[in-house]
This record gives sequence, C-alpha cells and structure tokens, in this order.
Amino acid sequence: MVINLENVIDWFILPLLVIAVVIVFIRLVKGPELPDRVVSLDLMTSIGIGIIATYAMATGEQVLIDVAIILALISFLGTVAFAYYIERRAS
Amino acid sequence: MPSLILSTATRYLLPLMLLFSVFVLIRGHNEPGGGFIGGLVASTAYALYAISSGVEKARAALPIEPRYIIAVGLGIAVTSGMISMILGDPFMTSQWLDTVFPVIGKVGTPVMFDTGVYLVVIGVTLTIIFNLAEGE
Repeated sequence: MVINLENVIDWFILPLLVIAVVIVFIRLVKGPELPDRVVSLDLMTSIGIGIIATYAMATGEQVLIDVAIILALISFLGTVAFAYYIERRAS
Repeated sequence: MPSLILSTATRYLLPLMLLFSVFVLIRGHNEPGGGFIGGLVASTAYALYAISSGVEKARAALPIEPRYIIAVGLGIAVTSGMISMILGDPFMTSQWLDTVFPVIGKVGTPVMFDTGVYLVVIGVTLTIIFNLAEGE
C-alpha cells in the first residue's frame, strides 16, 4: 500500500477517531456521575470537530471547515450551560 | 456565582459569533448557510452572554425587545415578497439588482427575505431563552 495523505486519512486517522468516539460513548453510558457524562459529551463533540476537519482535508470541501468552526463555537456553549445547571443543582 | 473566566471569554466570543452569523447569512444564497443558521448562531451569542452576565444585562445589550425583532423580521420578509407584485410579477418572484457589490455579491429580494428570516429566528429564540431563564 502506498503511503500518501489519502491512504493515511482513510486507513489510520479516521478509524482512530471513530474508535475514540466509541470509547468516549462507553464512558457516557457508564459514567457514574452527571459531571462525567458532561465531560464525555464535550469530548465527543471535540472528536466530531476533528472528524469533520479530517474529512474536509480528504475531500477538499472548504465548506466543511466552516461547519467545524460553528460546531466549535456552539459546543462550548452547551458545556457551559450544563456546568451552570450542575452548579445550580448543587447549591 | 458569575465566573471571571467565562465573562472574560464571552467578551471576545460575542463579537466573533455575531460576525460569523452575518458571514453565514450573506454567504447563504449560493453556498451552505442562510438566514436560519445565521440567526441561530447570533442568538447563541446572546444566550452565552445571558449565562455569563445575567439575563438583565443580555436584555439591555439588545437594542429593542426580542418580540419587536420578530415583527421587524416578518415585515422585511413580507416586503421582499411585495416588491415583485409592485413590479408586475407574481408574489415572491426574485428581483435582482444588476450591480455586483464587492463583498456581498448580487443583491436582490432573496437576500432581503433571508435577512427577515434571520431577524425572526433571533427574536423567537431569544424570547424563548430569556423567558425560560427568568421563569426559574
């Protein structure tokens, strides 16, 4: 197999990211406490951004980079809102 | 319980998100994007400000009440449809100006309609978010 960027993305980077999503999903299901689940959800969206960026490199679609930027801006807000409610519930 | 880190980060993120929402709105006619997504991103920026600094400050940051933004947006959207009726075509036929602007591209009634959708989405989302946050 020729080692070039396309083969490395298809056979190494994308499978690795998918395995990471599966492992994080196990933590999301098992997670003993709510904060664990929130952190795993945040990590999942971060890996999702990575997958989108990698896919944008593989296909050469510049539009997908903007999707990754929007997701990076929005997912931050989701985690902040979860943290807000966890702190409110604790008090 | 206001967090210093969050409010400082919001001060930089709020203009960035508003700018990006306008970028998505303007690009929306020929490429992915448009009024709906742009409006959601802009209302997300205000929701972030409401979480970090309180709903009262977020309401004060808006020039007018979210309810009136819905009305203005619907008015703009309906007006964009009426323009073609005045010119003799059926309702909501696209009318384009021939001049091409450097950044925006061609301007016509679809852009105006998208701007109306953008304002309606901001108004509806912020009405929901502010009422939910105040109702606790």
